[in-house]
Amino acid sequence: MSLQLAQLGLVHPNGQRALQRVSLSLAAGGRLAVIGPSGAGKTSLLRLAAAALRPSEGSIGALGASPWQLSARSLKRWRARVGLIHQAPPIPPRLRVVTAVLAGRLGAWSLQRGLASLVAPADIAGARAVLAQLDLADRLFERCDRLSGGQLQRVGIARVLYQRPELLLADEPVSALDPALADLALSQLVAQSERSGATLVASLHAVDLALKWFPRIVGMRAGEVVFDAATASVTPQMLHELYATEGSMLPTQGVAPQLLAPEAHLVPLPHSVCR
Amino acid sequence: MNGAAAQARLRDPQALPRATALLVAVVVLWPMLVLAEFKPWALFEAGNLRVMSDFLAGFLPPVTSIEFLGLLSKATLQTLAIATAGITLALLLALPLTFVMTEALSISRIGPGRGRGMGRVVRGAARLLLLLLRAIPEVVWALVLVRALGLGPGAGVLAIAITYGGMLGKVYAEILESSDTRPARALLEAGSGRINALLYGLLPGAAQELASYTVYRWECAVRASVVMGFVGAGGLGQLMDQSMKMLNGGEASTILLTFLLLVLLADFLSASLRRLLA
Repeated sequence: MSLQLAQLGLVHPNGQRALQRVSLSLAAGGRLAVIGPSGAGKTSLLRLAAAALRPSEGSIGALGASPWQLSARSLKRWRARVGLIHQAPPIPPRLRVVTAVLAGRLGAWSLQRGLASLVAPADIAGARAVLAQLDLADRLFERCDRLSGGQLQRVGIARVLYQRPELLLADEPVSALDPALADLALSQLVAQSERSGATLVASLHAVDLALKWFPRIVGMRAGEVVFDAATASVTPQMLHELYATEGSMLPTQGVAPQLLAPEAHLVPLPHSVCR
Repeated sequence: MNGAAAQARLRDPQALPRATALLVAVVVLWPMLVLAEFKPWALFEAGNLRVMSDFLAGFLPPVTSIEFLGLLSKATLQTLAIATAGITLALLLALPLTFVMTEALSISRIGPGRGRGMGRVVRGAARLLLLLLRAIPEVVWALVLVRALGLGPGAGVLAIAITYGGMLGKVYAEILESSDTRPARALLEAGSGRINALLYGLLPGAAQELASYTVYRWECAVRASVVMGFVGAGGLGQLMDQSMKMLNGGEASTILLTFLLLVLLADFLSASLRRLLA
């Protein structure tokens, strides 16, 4: 198992409960999408999986280790193998795009290489290649504060693609992108997972994107897993119940609305059709 | 009854705490003003006004003799040298301590993980060391060091290095903490080391603030080196001390004009550095 969450619970220091009895397991190279209304605990779940937060209850295993049992040195090495795409890209505005992308591999680089790369970027070709995947190659030497919100979000994705993690976690990675770019970005995340064998877990607000790109869907509400099913067996009724508190509309990106029609068979399109 | 409940809900819950805080501030400040013998009206009593204006009249006109200007420029250079060397040494002292103390660069705080207690102890020790360095005023250090090193600028340089090292370290850490710390944290969460997290995550957002605070401290060091000159640590202060002792107001006012120019220079330097880093 590449990712194994057992009976996870998380209570924030202010006493607010974010997660309750969440259990999930995913084989190496597996892909799943987490959906649910805002405040459902999707971000907390991903941050727990990345060992950015420590669970209040339960245990986490990933990449063959329990991160919180590791020594400080091993935990640092373990973290370099896990990549988390943040919903708000954590990139200082004054950084250049190339530097922001190359920073993805600081965990793998030596201190000296990181220092030298600030003076002269260490791998311009590599940074350009991942940016090109996201249709952003021409912004290589731009400063990040010159980018639009959607472009910056793609730089954040590019950084983690460049990191080449074995466990690829994405927290609403396409929330600021238009439908076409959102589709492109997700296709690249899936492609990276296929190429490198990385396990991919993404939380998505747009249900149609989740159904289109992921073979397995986990629905969350109020910090608990409501359903965990193969995409083919997710019914519109399950989705409408999941989002009952947000009114009758399902949040979508407008990529594949036919998947959400009440009578539709929720069979994901074969990847060849999608791309 | 319902109306009363609705009224209660409309009231700002912060109103009472804020009013209390204001009251406490006044209650605390009043005795302080009394203790500090704060009596500004004494300034405007006829006798005091005359004494002050006589004293100030002695400052005019500023002395511009070539001989004095020669002395002045030498002292000015010495003051600049004291301030610059002092700040440079202070930086060498402050930077490692800042790096140790900044919570945003703590790996063990994520989670929290292993070694958190140790991290706290080390950060606490760094904080304490910075506090000790800056708790003693630079003039006192200068008085002590002048006895050890003899009269001259060396004592001033060391005194500035010690006190300003403490101030720079504390304020640097605070600037780094109050900038956006999420980029650095994200890097640490992806396995980056602390130094690279600082350089890629924290510095790009904080460099401007850090630079302008450093230049401001350099400006303060120029002033401080003047005060230390009075206790024999060289530079403009020593010159000023001599002029005042000889009741030569003209020389004193020339020296004061030089201070003004130095502060203007610092201001210009700070502004151009900020523009460079923008």
